[in-house]
Amino acid sequence: MKPSFNRRSFMKVAGASIGVGALYRIVPTWGAGKEGQEMGRLLGKANGESVSPFSFVQLSDTHVGFNGPPDPLGTKAFELAVEKVNQLPEKPELVLFTGDLTHDSENPEEHANRMRLFQKISSRLNVAKIKHVPGEHDAGLDGGKLYREFFGDTSYSFDHRGIHFIALDNVSRAKPEVGEEQRIWLKKDVARFSKTSPIVVFTHRPLFDLKPEWEWFTSDGDEVMNVLAPFENVTVLYGHIHRQNTQRLGNAAHYAARSLIFAFPDPESGSEKKPIPYDKDQPFKNLGIRQITGKQDQVPSSVSLSINDVELSVREFAGTAGIQQFSKKGVSL
Amino acid sequence: MKSYLKSPLSLLVAAGMILSGTVRTWATEAPREVVITAKRFEFSPKQITLKKGETVTLKLTSEDVTHGFFVRPLKIDTEIVPGKTTEVTITPQATGKFTTICDHFCGVGHGNMMMTIVVEE
Repeated sequence: MKPSFNRRSFMKVAGASIGVGALYRIVPTWGAGKEGQEMGRLLGKANGESVSPFSFVQLSDTHVGFNGPPDPLGTKAFELAVEKVNQLPEKPELVLFTGDLTHDSENPEEHANRMRLFQKISSRLNVAKIKHVPGEHDAGLDGGKLYREFFGDTSYSFDHRGIHFIALDNVSRAKPEVGEEQRIWLKKDVARFSKTSPIVVFTHRPLFDLKPEWEWFTSDGDEVMNVLAPFENVTVLYGHIHRQNTQRLGNAAHYAARSLIFAFPDPESGSEKKPIPYDKDQPFKNLGIRQITGKQDQVPSSVSLSINDVELSVREFAGTAGIQQFSKKGVSL
Repeated sequence: MKSYLKSPLSLLVAAGMILSGTVRTWATEAPREVVITAKRFEFSPKQITLKKGETVTLKLTSEDVTHGFFVRPLKIDTEIVPGKTTEVTITPQATGKFTTICDHFCGVGHGNMMMTIVVEE
């Protein structure tokens, strides 16, 4: 049967949780056949650089400086995450931190110390490129002043192997919003790309109404997504909610990574918005393993793709119990 | 029509209509006022109860820093700036329990700064 190539599916993002965030593999799916190769060539020409396989890691909500009953281990999960990333058999080229790098402090010097500690731990990552966006605990109290001193701009963009990455700040205006100025910038930023260009947005809060009464939303998220609506391959990575979540809305797939500090419960369970209590016997439970895989059996041999091929299947790792169990099982990614 | 208006009786009736209209306006009650105070990291009171269809003015003040006052189902999204009273007038059209949050980041306990607006029949 002659393969049918669906442009929307030219990039597959397969995420694999390692209990510490998520590993994403970028795999062009046109690998087989003349048509696929030709499409890859054309896309590369249109987008400036053809997409080539690579992997990257998203880590989120490290909250350096937090130390309380829901997670008395402080930075331990973050430090373990760094070790796990460094041990990955498939070395990531990029790490994205999606906000709440630090827990805020009333004392600016103490907050600065927390940012220094974050940098000290993250500097152990054996990864060439590390990028950040702020969370409200980093930038909500001072409009991002201290954050900028340590990490630079709160919003920016860059290209990596044919993927256009956009860092969006939806926290430093204190309200859950991106704001008009940044939306205008975003519109200009993406203007040069063709509608088939792969775009990865990373931000802190969800850009859709996930749970507004828990402040899990961005008030002008719809306007942001309208700017991106013409693009056929948009992936949004975010944190903030301290739990995994996957949503496909229009052309965009939205993924939340787990946190590296306490977890929040499922809001649909009827629970209150309170951290899941610490379990001393399973200290990394709920920060733990949930593996997301793309439909591996269709990668990269088939170019008979449909929009469904971009969707991820989610399966809970048997006996989810966190990093420790992950290590015991010797699972390789 | 002209002859009708020229009639003394009709003028009297018209005057009475105007007067009764005026009286009705005077008789309209001002919306009930509900005072809510915000401070890090709580609202006081923690719960208020309104009636469906009743127009109420919420008078919001802050004792310390700027807070948000956000409840999507009641279409309220405002800021409470210290030193001034923010007034929001609403007429709830649906019953229910509506979680109201501070959506202006105010510090470490911000994420749990919330109250409940109950709307009853």
